[in-house]
Formats: sequence, structure tokens, C-alpha cells
Amino acid sequence: MTEFFQSLGMNYEWAWFVATIAGILLIAFPLMLAVAYVILIDRKVWAAINLRKGPNVVGPFGLLQSFADGLKVFLQETIIPSAANKGIFIIAPIITFTVALAAWAVVPFADGVVLADINVGLLYILAISSLSVYGVVMAGWASNSKYPFFSAMRAAAQMISYEVSIGFILVCVVLWAGSWNLTEIVEAQRGHGFGIVNGFYFNLLLFPMWVVFFISSLAETQRVPFDLTEAESELVAGYQTEYSSMAFALYWLGEYANILLMCALNTLLFFGGWLPPVDWAPLYWVPGIIWFLLKTLFFFFMFSWVMATVPRYRYDQLMRLGWKIFLPMSLIFVFVISGYLMATGHFGNPA
Amino acid sequence: MIQAIAFYLFATMVIASGVLTIMSRNPVHSVLWLILAFFNAAGLMVLLGAEFIAMLLVVVYVGAVAVLFLFVVMMLDVDMAELRAGFIKNFPLGIAIALVLLAELVLGIGALGAGPLELGTASGANAPNLANSNIENIGALLYSKYIFVFEAAGLILLVAMIGAIVLTHRDLKTTRGHQNITKQVRRNPKEATQMKQPTVGEGVEL
Repeated sequence: MTEFFQSLGMNYEWAWFVATIAGILLIAFPLMLAVAYVILIDRKVWAAINLRKGPNVVGPFGLLQSFADGLKVFLQETIIPSAANKGIFIIAPIITFTVALAAWAVVPFADGVVLADINVGLLYILAISSLSVYGVVMAGWASNSKYPFFSAMRAAAQMISYEVSIGFILVCVVLWAGSWNLTEIVEAQRGHGFGIVNGFYFNLLLFPMWVVFFISSLAETQRVPFDLTEAESELVAGYQTEYSSMAFALYWLGEYANILLMCALNTLLFFGGWLPPVDWAPLYWVPGIIWFLLKTLFFFFMFSWVMATVPRYRYDQLMRLGWKIFLPMSLIFVFVISGYLMATGHFGNPA
Repeated sequence: MIQAIAFYLFATMVIASGVLTIMSRNPVHSVLWLILAFFNAAGLMVLLGAEFIAMLLVVVYVGAVAVLFLFVVMMLDVDMAELRAGFIKNFPLGIAIALVLLAELVLGIGALGAGPLELGTASGANAPNLANSNIENIGALLYSKYIFVFEAAGLILLVAMIGAIVLTHRDLKTTRGHQNITKQVRRNPKEATQMKQPTVGEGVEL
């Protein structure tokens, strides 16, 4: 895009600057629109599983429901509790929202369609997602109320625990792909299974890692069955109990943007990103971004499917699953996979 | 131009948040300013072209260490007046640490003036290979030239980790009910319930 702005007569630095801003807007606005509709899809899927109709009043088939909700929230009064720590109370939802958007900078939507094609793309996502815990912890502390505080403590422990095993799973994928760059990771999946299947999921060593990654991403985004931070039967509404109006909406949008990011990561790391499922020429006629969005939506469907069918975990079970099952399992797989790759000469001759 | 703006932005933010870390009255605010300082230091690393170090700084310090730090500070009810009372007592120690840091800075700047440190690549040639990415260069160095130092660091961390677990581990079986999860999962209605036909006026013997 920089070349385009340079052709308009700008020098390189300005062209780069304007192109980056345009790129950010081109990602952020469709993402917000996607979040609005994904919330609708979420509610429709739960409704269908519960044999209800779901939102169907605002607009045809309830298509405008999310916008009506947004408007309602926008018109509400912003309440800041008098005992709250005001500065941090206001900054916390802003951090959650910003962090949820920032991670999308390195996500490749199609071949070459990426804002920042950096070497350490996957590490960047790991770094940014480790920041998202601050929005929750700060909200819980600044609210100066006991239920949000409990929720913040739970969230911090939960997210740190599951990030550890997510880190090891990423190492497995990176070992096989030989790069931390997301574009190269996707390209490494071309024809990976039997020379025709695009994606790592057909690999017997990586498939269990995908299962662990999927469950960990549920825990990382605090979705059911791991939504202990918002457990409404115990903690009112968790860390967002004291929030109202737009501050509440920012949490809402940030949460769903994070969920979409995790779906996109599932797609990019294990299911071949923008590549069609099978390495067959006619399938490449469909633009890559369509494949990417379809796969991401499929994972989102799985997220809401889980939400509608699985009951909530107990907190000690959650910790047990993270530390005593997922962590050793992913650690063993890092050993097994690197051993396999060394034995089969995947890395070429070591110098 | 953009690099210069970014550098001065990050540098000012690092210094300002560093100062505010010490100046804040509320310890939680201090930790949050410290996190901002880490984050901007990561930005400076990116400007240097050390993107791997920058990401590690965010993942390790901001994402893990500072969260635990924040956790502890939030849980403890720190009384600032009591902390301030110790100011005079700890003053000599603080001055000593400050002097050591100053000496290190002077030494570091002096050493830099004497010429760059020559680090080797895997093949034994000096000077890093700029054609490869950060991660490849660091990996090639860590796993060839510095392999023993690297392994030793890993071993020390392992010992420290085991030590921490041993120190805090308590056998919970003696203090409260211990759950056997496989036993709980194995339980089914057939084993867990039994039919009784008590006659009127008599209880059930279990």
C-alpha cells in the first residue's frame, strides 16, 4: 500500500505513515463489524441448541440486534463508583479493547495481506495476549468491590496458567514450520498431509496439540466451560460488575475480538490459514481471504457450540487441567516432535 | 524522522514512568508505572532491531513477572507511612546500591567507547550475521558457542524451581479431605446407589 501512496506524490516516510494508518483502519472497522455479527451468530447458535428462536425482532432475522444493543449501551449513564480508583477504573477497559485490536496487526488474512509481516509474529501475539490480563486485573482492583476483586484474582491465575501450555504448543508448531513468521507458518502447511491436505491437523503428532490448543484458547478467552471469572452464580458478573455504559461495551467488544483472534490462530497454526483445505488447483480460484474467514467462522461455531453444551468447570479442576495435564503433555510433545524432526532430518544437516 | 520521534517518545516515557514508579504513593500505581516502563523499553529494543529481545521482555517481564508482582501488591495491605518510617534506616544501603549502579553505567559507557564486543556466529566467524533474523542468530550462538553456559543456566533455574516447590509443599492429605479425581469420574449410579425397602417405623441401615 506504501507504493500506492508514493505514486500520489508523497515521500517514502509519509507514504508509509499514511499507508499504515489506512491499514489499521481497514482492519479495525471490519473487525468491529465482524464482532457485532459474531455476537449475533453466537446468540443464534445457543438459541438453536436450546430450541429457542434467539434474537429475531430488530431488523430482518434480528440482523440489527447487536447495533440496537450497542446504541442502548451508548445511551446509558456512565457510573463510576465513588470508592473506585478513578484513573485505573477508566483505563482498564481501554487497555482490554486496545490490546484485543493490537494483536490483529500480524494476522495474515491472505497471502501478503498483513499489516506487519514481522519475523517474530507469533511471539508478538503471545506478548500481546499476555497483556490482556491487565485489563481484567486492573478492573477488579480499581472497582474496590469484593466480587470484581475475586474475579480478577481468578483471571490472573487462569490466564498465566494456560499461557504456559499455549507457549509450548506454539513451540511445537514453530519447530515443524521452522519460523515464527505467521505467513511462513501457513506456507509450511501447503500439502503437508500426504502431499494434498493443507494444514497441520492431519499430522498425528500435531493433532493432539491442536486439541490442547483449542481447549487452552477457550480458557485463555474465559469462555464456557472456563468462564470462572464471570461465574454469575458466584461473582455477580465478575470483574465487570461495577462497569456500565461504554466502559462495559468496551469489555464486551474486546472479549469477542479476543475470541475471534483465537479462532484465527487455530486456523493459521493448524488448519492452513488462507490455503484451501485440499491442495487442488480449482480450489485456489476462491480467494484466500474467503477460506480464512470460513475456517475462522467454523472455529467460532465450535466456540459457541461448546458454550451451549458444556457445564462450567470447578476452579481447582481448571487449575489441575492446566498445570497437571496440559503442561506435562505439551512439554512431552515438544520433546517427541523435536526428536522426530531430528531423526527424520527435517532440519537438514546440523552444522 | 519517524524513528527519531518514536525514540524520543519511548525514551521520555521510560524515564517518566521510571520516576513515577518511585514517586507514586500507592504501591499498585507504582507497579503499573513499572509495567509501562518495561513496555516502553521493549519499544526501544524494537527500534534497535532487537525484536526478539523486545518480545521476550514483554512476554516474560510484563506478561508474567509483573502480573505476579501486581498480584502480591494488591493482596498485601501495604501501609505507606510505615514504609516511609524506614527511609532513614535504609538510606545508606540505598546510596550504596545507587553508587554500584552508577559505577556500572560509567564502566559500560567506557567499555562501549573502547569498541564493540565481538560476538561469534555458529561458524566461528565474528560479527553477527545480519542476513538472518534475530532468533536464528541468537539460537545459533546459544546452542553452539554458549551451550554449556546455557545448559548451566537451565539447570540452576530447575534447581530453584524444585526448591520453591519443596519449600511450599505441604501434604494436604493430613489437613483436609483429599480428592481422588479418577475415583470420582469412575463412580456410576449402579455403585453409588442401592435400593432399600425399609418397613414402616424403621430407619435404613447404611
